[in-house]
Amino acid sequence: MAKKINSPLEKKSAGLRPVTKKNLVTLGIVTVFYVLFQTLSSLGVLKNAYQSLLVPICYSVIMAVSLNLVVGVLGELSIGHAGFMCVGAYCGAFFSVVTKNSFEIGWLRFLIAMIIGAVAAAIAGFLIGIPVLRLKGDYLAIVTLAFGEIIKSVVNVLYIGRDDAGFHIAMDSAKVGLQEGGVMILNGPQGITGTPRNSNFTVGFILVMLTLIIVTNLMDSRTGRAVMSLRDNRIAAESIGVNVTKYKLTAFVISAAIAGVAGVLYAHNLNALTANTNNFGYNMSIMILVYVVLGGLGSIRGSVIAAALLYSLPEIFRGVGQYRMLLYAIVLIVMMIVNNGAFFVQYKEKLKHRIRGGRKEAA
Amino acid sequence: MSLLEIKDLGIVFGGLHAVEGFNLTLEKGELYGLIGPNGAGKTTVFNLLTGVYKPTSGEFYLDGVKMNGKKPVEISKAGIARTFQNIRLFGKLSVLDNVKIGLHNQMKYGTLTGLLRLPKYFSTERRMNEKAIELLSVFELDGDADTLASNLPYGKQRKLEIARAMATAPKLLLLDEPAAGMNPNETNELMQTIRLIRDKFDLTILLIEHDMSLVSGICENITVLNFGTELAKGPTAEVLRDPEVIKAYLGN
Repeated sequence: MAKKINSPLEKKSAGLRPVTKKNLVTLGIVTVFYVLFQTLSSLGVLKNAYQSLLVPICYSVIMAVSLNLVVGVLGELSIGHAGFMCVGAYCGAFFSVVTKNSFEIGWLRFLIAMIIGAVAAAIAGFLIGIPVLRLKGDYLAIVTLAFGEIIKSVVNVLYIGRDDAGFHIAMDSAKVGLQEGGVMILNGPQGITGTPRNSNFTVGFILVMLTLIIVTNLMDSRTGRAVMSLRDNRIAAESIGVNVTKYKLTAFVISAAIAGVAGVLYAHNLNALTANTNNFGYNMSIMILVYVVLGGLGSIRGSVIAAALLYSLPEIFRGVGQYRMLLYAIVLIVMMIVNNGAFFVQYKEKLKHRIRGGRKEAA
Repeated sequence: MSLLEIKDLGIVFGGLHAVEGFNLTLEKGELYGLIGPNGAGKTTVFNLLTGVYKPTSGEFYLDGVKMNGKKPVEISKAGIARTFQNIRLFGKLSVLDNVKIGLHNQMKYGTLTGLLRLPKYFSTERRMNEKAIELLSVFELDGDADTLASNLPYGKQRKLEIARAMATAPKLLLLDEPAAGMNPNETNELMQTIRLIRDKFDLTILLIEHDMSLVSGICENITVLNFGTELAKGPTAEVLRDPEVIKAYLGN
């Protein structure tokens, strides 16, 4: 994984610092893909099945980048990340459904829903982070997993309805006690129905770009360096005056807020929002972790590529029917080997060297 | 007033008196050595002074301010910096970033300023980059600014640790075996660097070392620890001639 960029002189002549350049390339890749697929789908070339993948790819990418902030940048294993997505999704969808008839400007309502989702998830991240971040390693992983499941379970028994008297909240459908003409908004395991479908590929793309800018800006700032110093050596970081709790919590809360936005995007892509293992439970958390690990811990561009690729694979493999998951597993294994196997790592280094060397000669 | 005043400092782990009744007064600008056999409690003294351990008895003052009981972060802000016996760098970060994390508490901008890239971000970063490069050049590391810290050769890693500690603008610098694993040439070079930073940055230095050539070369005074207690104390040359010290530490 060790990379060597040993050229303070080159840096000055290029004008841009290597970090900035790298981040711009990532943003460029995302933009190219957006333009490509947007054109394809507007020309009608893209199959419907593929078109419906575009928004899910966006929230998967956002989730992967946000989890990378905790796992790769802060260096703490968290496997309950879907829980924060769940908080964002439900809060955002709740707001949208409640204000659907009274709020005329769709995009503004969607924007407010996103802010609500982000803030709610950030608060959840803060409350959970305070006790959880005292733990390390496996213990932290287990407790975050538990919190993720708790969030999902709670929304499954939550009933919120509205009538002329206002909102009614209960943990039992019989106890909501709505008057005549009252409407159930959040109906336990049946979730929230009738969410306006505001999500589309363009919104998803904008959110992906924003996420990337936020996370890369953070990493290249005082806060981000402090967070990374905790990952690399907590004792040394403390000895030079980095506040451990503060920066752990900062990273965790920002990551949760971004996951909340991904949740809002998810909720507004569907008419009916329910919480189950596949969308907000263990399976989802693990899937995102797979994207992060395969893309490379701490590598933002890696997360983007891994999430986009791995999310679309099952759909692409649909043609081979029952062998779909088998192929998927093989792709995972191949990716692992290519990313970390000694032979491929060496080969990549050599390739990089050759490209750089060529550039220098040309200049 | 003395810069550092340690009075009867001690810590007990279970039934073990790791350090007991440790006294030391350092004047500003002093270069002081702490030696003793393995397990004598030298690094424990450093851990007490930096807040990693809380002393079970005694107290210490920096510039007249009571420091014991404070957290590592507060102690760092008050002006005590250290290096570690087993190097603790931020391996996956560049050499420059390692030093810039040392400058953490001198950079005054918040998370939001960094996220939104407000003008203050750019001006502060530029100033801190210059400061970091300046510090690195003292240790002749400025050419490696973009190298990952874990890719540096051993001797340079030791230097980088000192540079990072210096970035916190300390009044007192604690060096834990700075010459460990260095050859005589490198040790010599290190001695000159230590003297240079003491003079240039107006520092007081307390160092732990096993290499007697370094200790007798740069320390004016030393304390010898043995089994957590003070065995001898005074001008370096005298203490090293003390028969007790020779018996306990240097061998017959």
